[in-house]
Amino acid sequence: MRYTLARIIPGKQPFELFMHPNDTEKTFTIEALREGDKQAFSVMVEMYSPPLYRLVLRMLGDSQEAEDALQETFIQAFRKIHQFEGRSRISTWLYRIAANQALMRLRKREPVFISVDEPVDTTEGGLLPRQLRDWCCLPEAEFMSSEAAQRLDHAINDLSPALKATFVLRDLQDLSTRETAEILEISESAVKTRLLRARLELRERLSDYFGERLEALDNG
Amino acid sequence: MGEHIQCGDLLDELSEYLDGQAREEVCAAIEAHMLDCPDCRIMVDTLRKTIHLYREQESQLGMPDDVRKRLLITLDLQDWVG
Repeated sequence: MRYTLARIIPGKQPFELFMHPNDTEKTFTIEALREGDKQAFSVMVEMYSPPLYRLVLRMLGDSQEAEDALQETFIQAFRKIHQFEGRSRISTWLYRIAANQALMRLRKREPVFISVDEPVDTTEGGLLPRQLRDWCCLPEAEFMSSEAAQRLDHAINDLSPALKATFVLRDLQDLSTRETAEILEISESAVKTRLLRARLELRERLSDYFGERLEALDNG
Repeated sequence: MGEHIQCGDLLDELSEYLDGQAREEVCAAIEAHMLDCPDCRIMVDTLRKTIHLYREQESQLGMPDDVRKRLLITLDLQDWVG
């Protein structure tokens, strides 16, 4: 998400004006953030808190932890805004802080080390599908049930943090491969590999459930 | 990749194909392969459906208003938003 205009004032360097997508009166600039302008911060928070909340909620699978991670993301952003050099987008910088917040909380939960750099099995055997039942033809109500929603949540929660972060940023937040790579500080080819792996793992897990639903309907 | 592909080759191109970013000849080769390979067709269809289901779920996932309010209070910004 980026809504910017280049504003040029004679005698000054051109700067970017970030504009709220739903209210063009609400704008901020990096310069205003650096000067501690609360109005500018409030616009930035309003613009980016919904997608950042969805990211940390998906990463953590817990609404209270997600709220804490979101608050900490913006507290850190306020403290470190003077370190933002503008080499990446402000959204990329915020996403990186949020993703690191979520990963730090996951590390606290798990005794094992969790990183987005963890190796991903890309051998053919690790990627080949096991479940080959065609459950796409199930009645739409099957996909809309609360049980199906829970299965979707469980499946994504069971992904490794590395795969989950990649899937959420690329497929759910619709960010580019390049932006996802910048946020997670991995290569673009690693993003592509992890996205395929995440999609295939989710498909397998949903196939277990929806395949069973297909059999139950066929036998019922 | 030539005009004909095998099941194993499909994985290399799968994400770009699903994202509509694969080259035209790659799309044609995948679609031709799926006509003769029901397993790959099922895999591609269920993979596409999987992504669709998560996107549908995501579109209904909003930030609750009380979460927004507490965030603004924590950041001492409640007086700056309408």
